[in-house]
Amino acid sequence: MHWLALFRPGDWLTVIAGAALVGLTIPLFWQGGLADRAIIRQEGQVFADIDLKAKKQIEVPGPLGITLIAVEPGRARVVSDPGPRQYCVKQGWLMRPGEIAICAPNRVSLQITGRTKVYDSISY
Amino acid sequence: MTRSVTELTVTPEDRRVAWLATAAVGLSLVDAAIPSPLPGVKPGLANIITLVVLLRYGWGTAVWVSVLRVLAGSLLLGYFLAPGFFLSLSGTTLSLLTLGAARHLPARWFGPVSLSILAAFAHIGGQLLLARFWLIPHDGVFLLTPVFAGAALVFGTINGLIAAKLLADTPATDSPR
Repeated sequence: MHWLALFRPGDWLTVIAGAALVGLTIPLFWQGGLADRAIIRQEGQVFADIDLKAKKQIEVPGPLGITLIAVEPGRARVVSDPGPRQYCVKQGWLMRPGEIAICAPNRVSLQITGRTKVYDSISY
Repeated sequence: MTRSVTELTVTPEDRRVAWLATAAVGLSLVDAAIPSPLPGVKPGLANIITLVVLLRYGWGTAVWVSVLRVLAGSLLLGYFLAPGFFLSLSGTTLSLLTLGAARHLPARWFGPVSLSILAAFAHIGGQLLLARFWLIPHDGVFLLTPVFAGAALVFGTINGLIAAKLLADTPATDSPR
């Protein structure tokens, strides 16, 4: 018995509806696409704009010392920071567009961007 | 040998449920042995049994077989009452409820494949909701929804086809309830 013979007419509808549902979930849950670039700012100025393709480490000097940032394919994190509370280090890996780790005491921020821009706030 | 004080009478129905549940547990073990790229993405082979039981013996038997499978499967694999057990239970519950409603679809148009796909989506839906509201109360859980939904569609279709083939190849030996 051929496998296709096991499909009844409505089953095709179910498959198509299922595929449409899967297609719908992609823009719904993956807004902004995948992580593409990491923007490192120091004192509000762009210090580095890195493509998230190769593995590398960046040392960012600030008023307190060096903030060490690691970049890997598709993700980035703050490895170490001289700040007292270590919030940006504890955030761990950032891999979604729009995610940001701010090391305020050392005035360094690390932000992930995707192909399409994700807004964190909109005002009219 | 001393006779037991309590006598348990085993009906043919009990034996059937036990056998079918055993087959389902066996498939759960096979399922667990298949390496998965992502936790949660599993073929769900035991659902083939659920579908065959549903279409041949009715919804009540399917519920028995599924619940016994979740219990015995979790005991054998060592996750009884662990988070995975509750994920499995919530997925199974929602998929059984969906099957309970979907089996009333006209059988001429909607076969095991449709039931299987609907059950697979309900299964992953139940698991995601439980994970969101209990295990990881953060919307980040839903990030993997497209992957899970895609897997549900693919494996749901394959399992449905296998169930349809089993039903077509093995004629019913006793009448459905």
